[in-house]
Amino acid sequence: MSAKRGRWLGLYSWLLLAYLLVPIVGMIFFSFNDVLAGRPTVTFEWNGATLRWYRELTNVVGLPEAFWLSIRLALASMVAATVIGTLLALALVRYEGKRFRGRTAIDQTLFMNIAAPEIVMGASLLGLFASYHVARGFLTLLLSHTVFSIAYVTVTVRARLQGFDRHLEEAAGDLGATPLTTFRLVTLPMIMPGVLAGAMMAFALSLDDFVVSNFVSGTTLPFPVWVYGASRMGVPPQVFVFGTIIFLLGFAGAIASLAMSRRAVKSV
Amino acid sequence: MTTENRSSTIRLNRVTKSFGDVTAVDDLSLEIREGEFLSLLGPSGCGKTTTLRMLGGFEEPTSGSIYFGDVDVTHVPPHRRDVNTVFQSYALFPHMSVADNIAFGLRRKGMSKWDAAGTVADMLTLVDLEGRGDRKPTQLSGGQQQRVALARSLVNHPKLLLLDEPMSALDAKLRKTMQIELKRIQTQVGITFLYVTHDQEEAMTMSDRIVVMNHGRIEGSGSPREVYEHPATEFVATFLGASNLLAGTLETATGEFDVTRHAYGSFRSPRHRTPAGLSGSVKVGVRPEKMALQPAGSPVADSDNSLAGTVIVSTFTGVGNQYLVAAPHGEQFVVYAQNSGQAFAPRSGEDVVMTWPVEHTFVVQPSKAVPAEGDSDD
Ligand SMILES: Nc1ncnc2c1ncn2[C@@H]1O[C@H](COP(=O)(O)OP(=O)(O)OP(=O)(O)O)[C@@H](O)[C@H]1O
Ligand SMILES: [Mg+2]
Repeated sequence: MSAKRGRWLGLYSWLLLAYLLVPIVGMIFFSFNDVLAGRPTVTFEWNGATLRWYRELTNVVGLPEAFWLSIRLALASMVAATVIGTLLALALVRYEGKRFRGRTAIDQTLFMNIAAPEIVMGASLLGLFASYHVARGFLTLLLSHTVFSIAYVTVTVRARLQGFDRHLEEAAGDLGATPLTTFRLVTLPMIMPGVLAGAMMAFALSLDDFVVSNFVSGTTLPFPVWVYGASRMGVPPQVFVFGTIIFLLGFAGAIASLAMSRRAVKSV
Repeated sequence: MTTENRSSTIRLNRVTKSFGDVTAVDDLSLEIREGEFLSLLGPSGCGKTTTLRMLGGFEEPTSGSIYFGDVDVTHVPPHRRDVNTVFQSYALFPHMSVADNIAFGLRRKGMSKWDAAGTVADMLTLVDLEGRGDRKPTQLSGGQQQRVALARSLVNHPKLLLLDEPMSALDAKLRKTMQIELKRIQTQVGITFLYVTHDQEEAMTMSDRIVVMNHGRIEGSGSPREVYEHPATEFVATFLGASNLLAGTLETATGEFDVTRHAYGSFRSPRHRTPAGLSGSVKVGVRPEKMALQPAGSPVADSDNSLAGTVIVSTFTGVGNQYLVAAPHGEQFVVYAQNSGQAFAPRSGEDVVMTWPVEHTFVVQPSKAVPAEGDSDD
């Protein structure tokens, strides 16, 4: 009875895993697919293995630039959102009442930020930039990506802060540490796993954002927007190579963060 | 009274702390003398922790001021006060080794890692934890963690060490050991200790002086013996050890005795055992171990007070007998007789006379009925 149930559970797990992995594995697999004739575009007919697209990675006009833009954008918005989001989480957990008027309003805004459809945010950001005559480009992309990442960082860091023993900070102050030193030596190390998780999320959100970016990018095209534009005339196979690189980056990041939080948990 | 060097005394001057409409500490004045082991004793919620936190700089008084010597430190933040705290939860930094925890204060004063290491090693020896410096706090037992917390504070040689129920997480046996240990360390380093507890026995064994608090106020203070033998109020008399008390009216008689009239007649008591300024409605009482039982109708010595009653419960405790005796109107008295062999040992139901020396009789101010939520109206 229970052995049978175990078998079903196993089958279900494998099916689910396959469902989640097929698109990624397919992408990696077809990044090695040769193109026989004509303008090289992605096909899902197997024409034999080749490393050509890896060798000619930078041959498509505009694609490497779009990829680099996305990476820079993801890094910059990750840093900005992590700093702002972490500080916001600290404020939300630590202060209330008279010392933090508008706390509830900010809390609601964060929730809305996560819950609101991206298309709404994209359109409204476009309207905002347009009405203040801000030229669309890297700056508008950075501002927008930071805005939608902050809420995720705050939520993650806040979860970590909720179980934090305030006496630890008091003890540091008691032993002569200034508030800043206390933050550097006690608070930050303790909430680090939450901060890292938040940062990773911010990086990933920025890297694969299409909807908002499409509104605010102007002629500065990040990777997803570029791919979308290219797809009308056929996607060059190099896109799969970049996709594979992004996947491997993400995979490495996930492993690293897992290892780090393992270590952090052990020491706590 | 004492000729103390004023510059090293710590003073709380009419300090009040309110949280919303809860008054946690109410117009409290207290002087802490250099080098003494002072215990703050009182029931849960009486404001002990709040008092400590104001001394540590974690809370600011609503009114009143705090002086270290002649310096007003009322608004000085914790990191600029020469005070250290041993927290009830120990609050050891979990991501640092034991040695780094202890070195934390020294490093903040600018001592190099290398110089700190030597001092830390000495400290580990003092608290009996040699060779454990590399461990993480979670790899230590509760008692060991407590000693690390103590070492982490002591290493800074503060003017004042605050300890908030540091033993409450330890089992009874370890507590006893740690009490002796703590007293030894305090004598050795000569730092002023302010120790918070609601365990009266702990306060009695370790302290030079005890301050009894209730509802944010000081109800009595003095050496353990003074506070036990000369309780100032009904609260102190019943909170610190057991007391048998009877309501009455105080009459100041001629001579060296006071007389308190009550429902069964009157008791005499030495004048010096009545707190100054007391008159009218009072309570008169005696400690259970100062009393003796006689068969009903026995003659009473001239130097004794006496009261007739009936034994309700008699309990043999090994070292003695404990009796619960009811007076005719129903008031109950606890009488404790040592097991010295030949004493009169009545059974329950038997009529007896309780006697005790006049010199052990004391008069206290009745404590008001305790409001359930503190004073919430303004
Ligand atoms: N931060 C706070 N906010 C609101 N009320 C508080 C706060 N801190 C303490 N109080 C209140 O002040 C009163 C005294 O609290 P305090 O912690 O000083 O008591 P305590 O004597 O240390 O008690 P215990 O023996 O239980 O530790 C209590 O009624 C408590 O509810
Ligand atoms: Mg307390």
